[in-house]
Amino acid sequence: MQFELSEENKMIQKLARQVAETYIAPSVQERDEEERFDRALFDKVASYGFQGIHYQDQYGGSGGDYLSYIIATEEIARVDVSLCIAIGGGGLGGFPIHSYGTEEQKQKYLRPLVEGTALGGFALTEPGAGSDASAQQTTAVLEGDQWVINGSKCFISNYADIYLVIAVTDRSKGLKGLSCFIVEKDTPGFTMGKKEHKMGLRSAVTTEIILQDVRVPKANLLGKEGEAFKYCMQTLDVGRIGCAAQALGIAQAALEHSIKYAKERCQFGKPIAANQGVSFMLADMATKVEAARLLTYQAAWLKQNGRPYGKQAAMAKKFTTDIAMEVTTDAVQIFGGYGYSREYPVEKLMRDAKVHQIFEGTNQIQRIVIAGNLLK
Amino acid sequence: MKILVALKQVPDTETKIKVAADGRSLDPIDVKWITNPYDENAMEEALRIKEAQGAEVVAVSVGGERTREMLRNALALGADSAVLIRALETGDPLSVARHLAAYAQGKGFDLLLLGHMGFGGDNGAVGPMLAELLGLAQATVVTRLELGEGCFRAEREAEGGTEVIEGSLPAVITTQRGLNEPRYPTLKGIIGAKKKPLEELEGTATEAAISISAIALPPARPEGRKLEGNAAAQAAALLQLLREEAKVI
Repeated sequence: MQFELSEENKMIQKLARQVAETYIAPSVQERDEEERFDRALFDKVASYGFQGIHYQDQYGGSGGDYLSYIIATEEIARVDVSLCIAIGGGGLGGFPIHSYGTEEQKQKYLRPLVEGTALGGFALTEPGAGSDASAQQTTAVLEGDQWVINGSKCFISNYADIYLVIAVTDRSKGLKGLSCFIVEKDTPGFTMGKKEHKMGLRSAVTTEIILQDVRVPKANLLGKEGEAFKYCMQTLDVGRIGCAAQALGIAQAALEHSIKYAKERCQFGKPIAANQGVSFMLADMATKVEAARLLTYQAAWLKQNGRPYGKQAAMAKKFTTDIAMEVTTDAVQIFGGYGYSREYPVEKLMRDAKVHQIFEGTNQIQRIVIAGNLLK
Repeated sequence: MKILVALKQVPDTETKIKVAADGRSLDPIDVKWITNPYDENAMEEALRIKEAQGAEVVAVSVGGERTREMLRNALALGADSAVLIRALETGDPLSVARHLAAYAQGKGFDLLLLGHMGFGGDNGAVGPMLAELLGLAQATVVTRLELGEGCFRAEREAEGGTEVIEGSLPAVITTQRGLNEPRYPTLKGIIGAKKKPLEELEGTATEAAISISAIALPPARPEGRKLEGNAAAQAAALLQLLREEAKVI
């Protein structure tokens, strides 16, 4: 077994940490408070190429390995997971185009996502179709050489430039009647609905999307008609590793803040870390973070080596996001009253951690995926 | 234009320095090594010249195995090639300058850029020594550099003003903070660095001109003292201490 990161992994880790701490960290609290997404900041971070580490050069990527991408995700999330969502948006939108798109679609839509000149969005969820993706109401009808899309989507991340929209093309076929379309934000009939005011991820944009007679060329169908559900499941499989990496970064940050604070904060004439009750909490937190990191890196390693990774990705997602919730909650406890104050960093981590148990497939869905793998 | 950038690894300023058992060197345990910050300015300047007018940039370091990591980083930043001259890091600037001079001799470098001193050692000697050994013009602690046809114009901060130095190329320039803002590598740079050459040369064992006989940490700071009593009593006690103990008033 090899537990050593490659020299390249380490250099990318260092770069991601430097960029995150230099450019992202100074405004984290302010952007969270104002619920403000800073596109200029995204552009700056994206100029280093984090969103495209694992894509080939011909699509504007760096040709690195997937583990490097996951490590960079972890490092950026350690400082600000909201910004990480925008960086990861390229992945969520990029993966299906890369996997199922034509060469023309890749050059036109994947390249800007990989290069970071465009933001990607993945529009699957609807008010009535959350965990049950088959309950889609959005429809796409072929009229001449155009698809006409109607419907609405919710909880869609990013003010994206390029969206993948899932719609019903043949209701009689159920899950096999879903298709995926590439839609540019400026297409007539495409509008952003209300912006969600969220508990966490406050400087990442989450909106409703309304599609009213949105016409896209026939060429914007991604892959084959009726195969979108398969694409979604595969996209979510990959997305789960990224989601785990985000939660890992949050948990790591909570651990680091807690250790520092427990050594500095004095009560009863000694640092609170001198209390076994507190030090044991730190020990448990660190153990959970380490175990989560191994699961997450293992899932990434399986993916980059072409092995099946669906089960491990679900396990990494479920475990890491659960322990991120636990570790951030413990961090708030260690900080005591100050932990509950927005002037200190840990309550944000706790708020940001929560959604990771919900999106990219709830952790209940993850258990279904894992059990399904065990019992097949 | 061919540019040599000499780089050195130094302990991170956040490292808690411990003296090794021999009393003459640093205990390497727990030391995090970074590129000497002044050398980063040298590297950045070379890259800017390369981007502005085209240049071949060679990153060179005298050191051991761990130096490779720094040279890889230099390649990731944009150096075209890197050279590791294997030699013990003795803390003797003349030995480093001789190694660099032996390497640079006859290779047609137009510009040799170095940080004006190594962080921590603070000798500021390698640059001037290198210029002397190669018989080249030099400007040290430079905060602004312009290149012309076969010549340079450098600015350095002098007491209360700026000193301007002009000279002909090839030249040795040592760089100061403020010259530029060093960049981070990009992902493409990091991944592309694998394909760039990192040559290793055996250094020649030269007799050290100086050796370090001892290093010691500054004495531990004495604990603070807390004055007791009400405000008036504390003020009186403080006044007395400032007069009698600190003797500042």
